[in-house]
Amino acid sequence: MRPQWRVAAVLVPGLVLGFAIPSAQAQRDDVVKRGEYLARAGDCIACHTAPEGHIFAGGRAMPTPFGTLYSSNITPDRETGIGKWTADDFYATMHKGRFPDGGLIYPAMPFASYTKVTRDDSDAIFAYLKSIPPVNQKNREHDLRFPYNNRQLILGWRTLFFTEGEYKPDPGKSAEWNRGAYLVEGLGHCGMCHSPINALGGQSQSDAFKGGLIPMQNWYAPSLTSNREGGLGEWSLKDITDLLKTGVSARGVVYGPMAEVVHNSLQYLSDEDTRAMAVYLKGIAEASSRPASSALPRTESSLLISLGKTVYDAKCASCHGAQGEGKPPHWPPLANNQSIEMESAVNPIRMVLNGGYPPGTEGNPRPYGMPPFAGMLSDNEVAAVVSYIRTAWGNRGAPVSAREANELRSAPLN
Amino acid sequence: MAARVEACTPCHGNKGEGTSDVYFPRLAGKPAGYLYNQLLAFKNDRRKYPPMNYLLEYLTDPYLQEMADYFASQHPPLPPAAPSDVSQEVLKAGEALVTHGDAARQIPACASCHGPALTGMEPAVPGLLGLRPNYVSAQLGAWRYGTRTARTPDCMQIVAGHLTEADVTAVAAFLATRPAPDNPAPVPKGSYILPFACGSQPN
Repeated sequence: MRPQWRVAAVLVPGLVLGFAIPSAQAQRDDVVKRGEYLARAGDCIACHTAPEGHIFAGGRAMPTPFGTLYSSNITPDRETGIGKWTADDFYATMHKGRFPDGGLIYPAMPFASYTKVTRDDSDAIFAYLKSIPPVNQKNREHDLRFPYNNRQLILGWRTLFFTEGEYKPDPGKSAEWNRGAYLVEGLGHCGMCHSPINALGGQSQSDAFKGGLIPMQNWYAPSLTSNREGGLGEWSLKDITDLLKTGVSARGVVYGPMAEVVHNSLQYLSDEDTRAMAVYLKGIAEASSRPASSALPRTESSLLISLGKTVYDAKCASCHGAQGEGKPPHWPPLANNQSIEMESAVNPIRMVLNGGYPPGTEGNPRPYGMPPFAGMLSDNEVAAVVSYIRTAWGNRGAPVSAREANELRSAPLN
Repeated sequence: MAARVEACTPCHGNKGEGTSDVYFPRLAGKPAGYLYNQLLAFKNDRRKYPPMNYLLEYLTDPYLQEMADYFASQHPPLPPAAPSDVSQEVLKAGEALVTHGDAARQIPACASCHGPALTGMEPAVPGLLGLRPNYVSAQLGAWRYGTRTARTPDCMQIVAGHLTEADVTAVAAFLATRPAPDNPAPVPKGSYILPFACGSQPN
């Protein structure tokens, strides 16, 4: 439509005045709509909206190893929100990780990713946030332990782990790959979980997307670069886009923290953007041949595996199949499933203990859930069945001990 | 639908009849509005039990309604009344509170809201039969201490606030001795007027 308007404006100048007002309004509406879409791509709602709270009014508690942070009010309320901010202020905050008054922002806000967002996209998100109802709700003070309550420490963190700058397209790659990279590395802030975090709460560039245990949540965010983990190099584009958009696929299902991401963010992305992300994710994954290793003595392993088969046949086979073939997409295959075989056994153990539902999405509004077995199986039985599924049917994972299973019984659930 | 709610069954039983774990409640036959309110409360973290909060967090409200409808429509038999391990006096005290309340202490009879046969009322007042004393005690305790809440006016929190620990024990024990009535279904909406305002079920 827009190019045609421009032609009309050139050819018939007399009409321009008549159309100027509605078309400016329509353009503003378009920007707001695009901003809403981008805010979803950035999953702003996950942190900036509290349970049963007003949208984007903040106040959500976010436990970290350093204490509890409370997200801020980003509604356009002039007193307690961002009502007095300009588009310049908003861009600078996203881009530099500093408030308009120069104050330092704790890096729980993924500004190390958002710095890659273009000015145009930042302006659209700001226009959208200005369009939502203002909510008068004061920000709650963070509750951090000494010395982390000293914001000046963030300066050190920034020196080590923060590089400011918009996404630079790689001219050697396709436009689609670059669009995917922009979304994954920028608004998607996938690296917040999928890159390993060190003791200082930082992530290094060279380890980007190499996977790690998510602090406080005790779920393992698999590497996106290794096909031995969550790398998608051997997945079809359709399976990747199915997973991102609906939460289920022929190869596996999202659960734990990734269910949140699909529920609040990824399911709303356009088919083109989802595909672009899939192309990029498939592109960064590489074969890696880290051999599976187990700390368990061989006799203990074989005892666990034989008990595990008994547990599996009794409790699991009716849904996941006698040969681990599953009934995709709702009952995922366990044979040749990277998230079962990968070095960290945290996720398979937790799924057995806690069960879980994939997210309800437009593409899969009535998901099937896995029952929690924490109350039905002993530590030994949990370790046994996980050891079995990690080693049966050609899977090349390592057995796990009853102690590992026991330790995860106390993992936080929300 | 049975396959979709299989995740509920290890704790609540195949048809929501409950399991041997005394802290997990029966769901079957409770009014759908009540079950839906609880599912929403768990989803939104208002009612806190991490394994439930975790399971429901990313499910849509219409799907939770379907789950509530499903368990509301299940009618496995109520369990036989269990012999009680408390004294006759305690049971009598429980019976008095359940059927008459205690006006002097501003405690309405349980039956005045939960129905003369204690089977609840559509759409959102739950029945009190088929629940073990441990579960009822734990829930009344949670209301008293404010860890379980509902929409304002939060009638159960007000009532439970007037109960002593001895009252809770007596009520929970008496409820568990009640035999199943001929018709265990909740009575239709509007069968009686609630004695005071309740956010979960406006009169």
